[in-house]
Amino acid sequence: MIQFHSVTKTFGNYTVLDHLNLNVEKGKITFIVGKSGEGKSVTIKHIIGLMRPSSGRIFVDGSEVTEMNHDQLRIHRFKFGMLFQNAALFDSMTAEENILFPLNENTDLSPAKKKQRVDEVLEQVGLSDAHKKFPGQLSTGERKRIGLARALAARPKIILYDEPTTGMDPLVSETIDELIVKVGKEVKDITSVVISHDLKAAMATADKIIMLYKGRAVLAGSPAEFASTKDPVVKQFFSGDVEGPMEFL
Amino acid sequence: MNRLKVEFAPVFQIWNVWSLQFLKILSLKVEDFGKLLLFSFEVLRKVGKRPFRRAEIFKQFEFIGNHSFGVIMLTGFFVGLVFGLQVGGIFKIFKTEAMMGGATGKALARELAPLMTGFLLAGRAGSSITAEISSMKVNEQIDAIECMGVDPVQYLVVPRAIAGVIMTPLLCGLFNLIGMVGASLVGVCMYDVDLGLYQEKLVWLVQSKDIIAGLQKSVVFGFILTVVSCYKGLNASGGAKGVGVATTDSVVLSLLMILGCDVLITFFQVVSK
Repeated sequence: MIQFHSVTKTFGNYTVLDHLNLNVEKGKITFIVGKSGEGKSVTIKHIIGLMRPSSGRIFVDGSEVTEMNHDQLRIHRFKFGMLFQNAALFDSMTAEENILFPLNENTDLSPAKKKQRVDEVLEQVGLSDAHKKFPGQLSTGERKRIGLARALAARPKIILYDEPTTGMDPLVSETIDELIVKVGKEVKDITSVVISHDLKAAMATADKIIMLYKGRAVLAGSPAEFASTKDPVVKQFFSGDVEGPMEFL
Repeated sequence: MNRLKVEFAPVFQIWNVWSLQFLKILSLKVEDFGKLLLFSFEVLRKVGKRPFRRAEIFKQFEFIGNHSFGVIMLTGFFVGLVFGLQVGGIFKIFKTEAMMGGATGKALARELAPLMTGFLLAGRAGSSITAEISSMKVNEQIDAIECMGVDPVQYLVVPRAIAGVIMTPLLCGLFNLIGMVGASLVGVCMYDVDLGLYQEKLVWLVQSKDIIAGLQKSVVFGFILTVVSCYKGLNASGGAKGVGVATTDSVVLSLLMILGCDVLITFFQVVSK
């Protein structure tokens, strides 16, 4: 579904992605993990076309993102739903209006169908009574869930989660993780890409985990493969030890 | 000669460092100005592009126009009063107080009204636009708009630019009118000028071309203040501090650009007479 072929991204003299190769399979939940500053968010921005690589090629659903012009990128983004780290809800809009935004912009649905879709996704995230609430009236967890409802509203093929549980208490984190799994199971053929530091969640929910280190994928495999790996960098990251081959800034 | 070189070596070194710093800052400013110009062209290019966001444009009409109504009326009235007092004092020396209507009217129509309206809108609406858009930027809302396949320039900037270009001349006309009322009050009440005579001189000296010249300026000022505010907002970074910096920069740059364009437009208006 998503392929990176030798993708390099540099900012000035700083190389974030260094000939990165990765493959995300259709209909699966893929976690991209790694310590801060390893280019996880940069990777996700390349997938959606918000950033262009310095070199290399990126394919999504058979189309080459790196070759797309402005209008093609706009259409390319219709395939995606994205849950941002801080949900990125529009403050001036209610939860309902936030969810309606992608439907109004990208679909020709009738007002009744749109309303029906809003009800569906709100029910899916367990917030059926939040229609008229503004983001300021919602808790952090609720905002994330509304963000997820908005991401799901236009029935995307791929859903991107940018650190969905960062800064949240364990209970809310658990709820969001459960939602990620629920969405992966309930929505047919949806591909989920999750960027996270939360290894516990990755081990519990991922079909595949890709670990980035020094701009490259050091290991890509199932949670079981990660648990049994002998790679010292991956082992150190999983154990959380300060001592080891992994370099810290 | 060599002794001179040795004695002044530290001075030359400091001068070199300063001049290099100056050139570096200058090149950054020129680069930033170039980006702003390109952004302005992008906005102009997207004005006619679909979808035409009527609801958003009307929302901005209300925000830039209706919400500025009070402050424009009040400032226009005060500026008219003060200008009437200053001009009236001078005309009294020459016993030509009746001429103050024409003088205040001409100054208001050609210069004071467009400039003051531009300044007031840059401070009231422009700063608010930058604060709103820069908050959206640092909270990833702009990224969210882009991820949903919506062009932020088309969605956020174009409606504001259209509203700015239409509402600024309307408010400028209002400023003109209220300013002239204020000045006439001073003329009639303080300098005992006959109202009929005051109006006669006003109509005699202030022609429609003077009012049009002022309105032309305010159209440009409306575009400048909205585009600069949006540009600074969209390029904000660094959390709450970044929002503050972007807002200040936007107001300062808008005022400077309004003044710069005022000089240019006035020059062309005078030359083309």
